[in-house]
Amino acid sequence: MTNNSTTDQSSLPLGEMSEGQRGNLHNYILGIADNSLILGQRLGELCGHGPSLETDIAGTNISLDLFGQVRSYFQYAAQVSGDDTVTEDTLAFMRIEREYKNVLLVEQPNTDFGYTIVRQFLFDAYHLLFLRELEKSTDETLSAIAKKSIKEVSYHWRFSSDWIRRLGDGTSESHERVQEAVTDLWMYTDELFHQTEADQAMIAEGIGVDTSKLKDIYYKMISDVLEEATLEIPVGKYFHKGGKQGIHSEHMGYILSDMQYMQRTFPNMEW
Amino acid sequence: MSIIQNIQPHLLSILESVSDPEIPVLSIMDMGVVREAIETDGIVQVKITPTYSGCPAMDVIGDDIVSAFAKAGKKAKITLVLSPAWTTDWITPRGRKALEDYGIAAPLSPEADKDALLGGKKIVKCTNCGSTETHLVSQFGSTACKALFKCDTCQEPFDYFKCLK
Repeated sequence: MTNNSTTDQSSLPLGEMSEGQRGNLHNYILGIADNSLILGQRLGELCGHGPSLETDIAGTNISLDLFGQVRSYFQYAAQVSGDDTVTEDTLAFMRIEREYKNVLLVEQPNTDFGYTIVRQFLFDAYHLLFLRELEKSTDETLSAIAKKSIKEVSYHWRFSSDWIRRLGDGTSESHERVQEAVTDLWMYTDELFHQTEADQAMIAEGIGVDTSKLKDIYYKMISDVLEEATLEIPVGKYFHKGGKQGIHSEHMGYILSDMQYMQRTFPNMEW
Repeated sequence: MSIIQNIQPHLLSILESVSDPEIPVLSIMDMGVVREAIETDGIVQVKITPTYSGCPAMDVIGDDIVSAFAKAGKKAKITLVLSPAWTTDWITPRGRKALEDYGIAAPLSPEADKDALLGGKKIVKCTNCGSTETHLVSQFGSTACKALFKCDTCQEPFDYFKCLK
């Protein structure tokens, strides 16, 4: 990533914010951005390895959209941090595992195309609902990023939900495998709606999205597609959590070692 | 078409000389990415809006604008603006023609775009032979802004610029 341009949407009078408010806003932005960063990295792994030309290009295109959104968030977070040594690059590449705030869902591996597309489907539905609310944020920068991203994420949702229908209502083999992925990844969906301290502080300020209000809509949205795809909606009540607090699954270390390799080996390198 | 542009006339020809690095026939003015260009105190302040968030062309476009102004003896500063978000409606009629001549089908209206990409309707015109007997190969194409089509009449593959609104 290089940064030779700047965004001009400074919305909140950052100078007037207390240290605590700044910290909460900073953490809130990272909480949003890290989901897209890690999912984008996972999708990037498919470059040249997708099961077909269409899905290979789609995976990397979606990845590119997500990285683009991440850059906007990180540039803003760097500005909010008030620390000159923090840049979009240090936020992306130089943090340690415990400092990443993404949900566990997005770090789950590309086990097969069934898992890849179900992970995408479960995230896209949330992402779209979330952005539609973030658009109404009192923070102008976050609202602008959301407006821009909605157009892209609508396309992601179309793609992933379409594949759920094709695979679920496809052959017995595709049905069985996509069902397995749905059943397996279901336990990571509840965490999407957990609220951190930063989330709650930002909701109170009218900046953040109250995700608790999205939960029912979310499950209805994905259940409708699953039903249409003749797939069973899992009934499991056990859910994993921890990612938002920086407690990640065993996959995270491998993702980071791959993603951070160049910056750790050749600090401050640029393309 | 609602293009909110604030560009000083004497800067126009320089901006028009800069093209999209991925679609060289298309100037950034016809692409509709330049929102503002104003010269104050010897520095040209240029505001551009990204087509897609992750579009790698944006950095290059920023650099190209700076060097185009440098050739004209002017300093330029680039600012990226996200709002209002870019839409394919901002591509000028001349830009649409340049796309078609280059082999990229220009974006349809939002409804027609949906019919073509999701409904499987044969309405996207082949840029090679003009036939509408075409089919979608992939919703995602060689760049974020395009989908891949194939013509059933002349068998040529071609790109379709997706509607973004």
